[in-house]
Amino acid sequence: MLESIFFYLFGGLATIGALLVVLSRNPMHSVMWLIFCFFNAAGLFFLLDAEFIGIITILIYVGAVMVLFIFVIIMLEVNVARMREGFLHHLPLGGMIAMLVFIEMASAGFSGVFSAEQMGTAVHLGQEVNNTAEIGKELYTHYLLGFELAAIILLAALVGSVVLTIRSRKDAKYQNIPAQIAVKKSDRLRKVRM
Amino acid sequence: MVPLSHYLLIGAALFSIGIVGLFLNRKNVITILMCIELILLAVNINFVAFSHFLNDLGGQIFVFFVLTIAASEVAVGLAILMAFYRLRRSINVEDLNTLQG
Amino acid sequence: MVTTHATLSSVELLAIPLLPLLAALVVGLGGKVLKEQLSHWICCVGVILSALLSIHIFSQVADGASFYGNFWTWIVSGKLIIPVGMMIDQLTAVMMITVTIVAACVHVYTIGYMHGDPGYTRFFAYISAFTFAMLVLIMGNNFFTLFFGWEGVGLISYLLIGFWFKRERANVAAMKAFIVNRIGDFGFIIGMIAIWHYFGTLDYHEVFAAMPVFLAHHYALNLGSWEVSAITFICVALFIGAMGKSAQVPLHVWLPDSMEGPTPISALIHAATMVTAGIFMVARLSPLFEFSDTALAFVTITGALTAWICATIGLVQNDIKRVIAYSTCSQLGYMFVACGVSAYGAGIFHLMTHAWFKGLLFLAAGSVIHGVMADQDIRRMGQLRKYMPITYITMLIGALALSGIPPFAGFWSKDLIIEATSVRHMGWVSEFAYWALLSGVFFTAFYTFRMFFLTFHNSDRVPQKTKPHLHESPKVITIPLMILAAGAALTGWWGAKVLNLPGEGGESFFGHSIFVLPQHNPMITLEVMEQSHTTGLWLESGAVIFALTGIALAWIMYFKPSTIPAKMAKSFPALHQFLLDKWRFDELYWSIFVMPARNIGTWLWQQADLAAIDKGIIHGGIINGITVAARKLREMQTGMVYHYAYAMVIGLFGLLTWLALGN
Repeated sequence: MLESIFFYLFGGLATIGALLVVLSRNPMHSVMWLIFCFFNAAGLFFLLDAEFIGIITILIYVGAVMVLFIFVIIMLEVNVARMREGFLHHLPLGGMIAMLVFIEMASAGFSGVFSAEQMGTAVHLGQEVNNTAEIGKELYTHYLLGFELAAIILLAALVGSVVLTIRSRKDAKYQNIPAQIAVKKSDRLRKVRM
Repeated sequence: MVPLSHYLLIGAALFSIGIVGLFLNRKNVITILMCIELILLAVNINFVAFSHFLNDLGGQIFVFFVLTIAASEVAVGLAILMAFYRLRRSINVEDLNTLQG
Repeated sequence: MVTTHATLSSVELLAIPLLPLLAALVVGLGGKVLKEQLSHWICCVGVILSALLSIHIFSQVADGASFYGNFWTWIVSGKLIIPVGMMIDQLTAVMMITVTIVAACVHVYTIGYMHGDPGYTRFFAYISAFTFAMLVLIMGNNFFTLFFGWEGVGLISYLLIGFWFKRERANVAAMKAFIVNRIGDFGFIIGMIAIWHYFGTLDYHEVFAAMPVFLAHHYALNLGSWEVSAITFICVALFIGAMGKSAQVPLHVWLPDSMEGPTPISALIHAATMVTAGIFMVARLSPLFEFSDTALAFVTITGALTAWICATIGLVQNDIKRVIAYSTCSQLGYMFVACGVSAYGAGIFHLMTHAWFKGLLFLAAGSVIHGVMADQDIRRMGQLRKYMPITYITMLIGALALSGIPPFAGFWSKDLIIEATSVRHMGWVSEFAYWALLSGVFFTAFYTFRMFFLTFHNSDRVPQKTKPHLHESPKVITIPLMILAAGAALTGWWGAKVLNLPGEGGESFFGHSIFVLPQHNPMITLEVMEQSHTTGLWLESGAVIFALTGIALAWIMYFKPSTIPAKMAKSFPALHQFLLDKWRFDELYWSIFVMPARNIGTWLWQQADLAAIDKGIIHGGIINGITVAARKLREMQTGMVYHYAYAMVIGLFGLLTWLALGN
């Protein structure tokens, strides 16, 4: 019973948060509502016995990704009024397609295939089961290759974002390290007959 | 007990809202990125729900991978946005049309 | 005798065809590096070794040795298994020595004849490769190796006729030879497929062994409303192949044109060896042909017609090589008549003697052509005996041999064929063949000596500017001439002794390698007649009388300058022109086959290819269609990111709908 209450609470708040992300005029507000949405989604994860996923959703999304959004918005001094031009112009088409997608997905969800009779009811695992440890075992055995690939993708994203945003100032002086290393004696040293 | 279909319903709702957002905010790249985050979140909810109800950790592992990709995507996407802003002084999607032949 | 059933060494047998092949490959691929001298050494040594080995094999075969075996499997396709193997018996051995010795002489001769030609090494590679293909043809033990050799020699014949590929006429002649041969080969393939169909094998031994069973079934084919027995169909189809290869009427038209090629190959390919492949095939397949009287009659008629028609054409030709070429057609006709009247041994005997004297005649003609600066027209020769005595003497021997004057080679074999034809009873067929051959002897003697007198006697008509160049050919040319002249003089006598046809008591040399039904065998009849001394003067000397008459007439008309030939041409202008135009075969084929084919080709080229496909489908349909469609489609690429995003979303929606409806 308590679980149902929390489910509807988290689920409802997440949906409301998502709606407000889309509808807010100010991108900064959108970010705030997105953070709110993520917190509630993390609550849903906890209800599903997925503590590790819930925690990293908060840590990574809220702690890192959303902060990145905030910084970008601060830096870009966006013209809010111009951003909202033609906002409602696309509502009919977008709303209709989204509505159809929603109806299709919901009807799939309620079609009976995923009902309690078909799927059985999941039993909550006891306190002695450590979700994080279990994920670790899986991740470092069966999914090791995927894990390594994810690491490489993260590295590539890291390097890529630095390369994209780096800006060298023309008025500042820099060392040219490869040239300094590659220098030869003859470049610097000159014998002078006295 | 909350049945699986209810979780799927929440996933569907978040997914659809993300799509509406894509259509409405066609001027603002930042909001578009946020809508993509919403869509990915919907996917994550479905993954974790299935993982729980099928008693299979694979779903959670995939959420982990999705998070990785989402983080990379946001990082690169925002970096591109910064570079673009420096170039055009704008983040309007309609200005992003140099792909046109 | 210990060696009666001895088996020949397979290594030695393999070496015989492979030595020339090796030489051909080395010289063909490395001719540029090897230079001329090394090239001709490699080829000559290869072929001479092969000839020596063949003689060794022949001596063993004469003592009763033989060989039959497969070396490896070449093609496996379902039930069709084609091995590469050899079958060496008396017939093969005779062919082997003939081919390899003539090939060796021609190789040596070529050193002198082709000296300084830009394609020198290429030429040697070709003739060595030819020797290989010809040896495969005769040594193989199944129809497919026969076919392989058959096509191999055809290909090299094509390459060598068109050897001087900068001359248009040589290219045209090469194509003509190739296409006409294809017509014959089509018959060959049909025959081969029919054999595979009825016998389920292509191996000689197996086919011959299965003959009684096959005949007992009395298979028959319905060609329209015409019913033919299967054996007749097979034999006639195979013989059509032989007609193409051996230049029999009406497929003889390519052989005179093939004289565009260098003279050594005229001697080797178009006189001594390749063109005789058809006779070899018929003799090899005597166990098949013997059982079809229709096919034998067909062979006889074709041979007799060719012998007569080509002899008449030879009467008036002015190109020294063409005269000899027509005589080759004609002599091949004699050989086919021999096969047709079941005197296969006589046919092969004539093949062998013919290889010697015809090779000699061609090489001597080549020597003449070499001497008079590549002119081939006998109207611009005369009195050449003063300048080239060796050529003169050797060519005289060749001419006497060809005319059938005793004791030269041609007499023994040709006389045997005529005798066999006269005693074989095939109704009007053998009657017709006999008179055609006999009159052919007269024509042959006449045109041979006409050509000979006009070249070496008569008046000196050599143009002034070539006079200073007249000289006897070098030793590499004259020595092969002398060897071949010795052969042309002696092989008839030798052959009559060794081959023992008609056997004076005991079997003929060929033994079981040639199969003849006893009631067909003219040799037995001849033998009986000889023993009872009832042959009569006419049968024994009729051909010689005809030949001497021909020579005498040629003497009167051509030995000294005379006006008789011109008068005769004037009094029968239509006949003269008809013969000069070679019975108008070329014109006939031109209007029946070539022109319609060209017209259809032109129509297809202009209308179907250029107009319909190029302009209509390719240009109008595909090119324009793609351009228009691309112009339209390119408008879809707006370059706006959100358009692409919409497309994705709509696609997702479509996919979901499809999944929902599908389930």
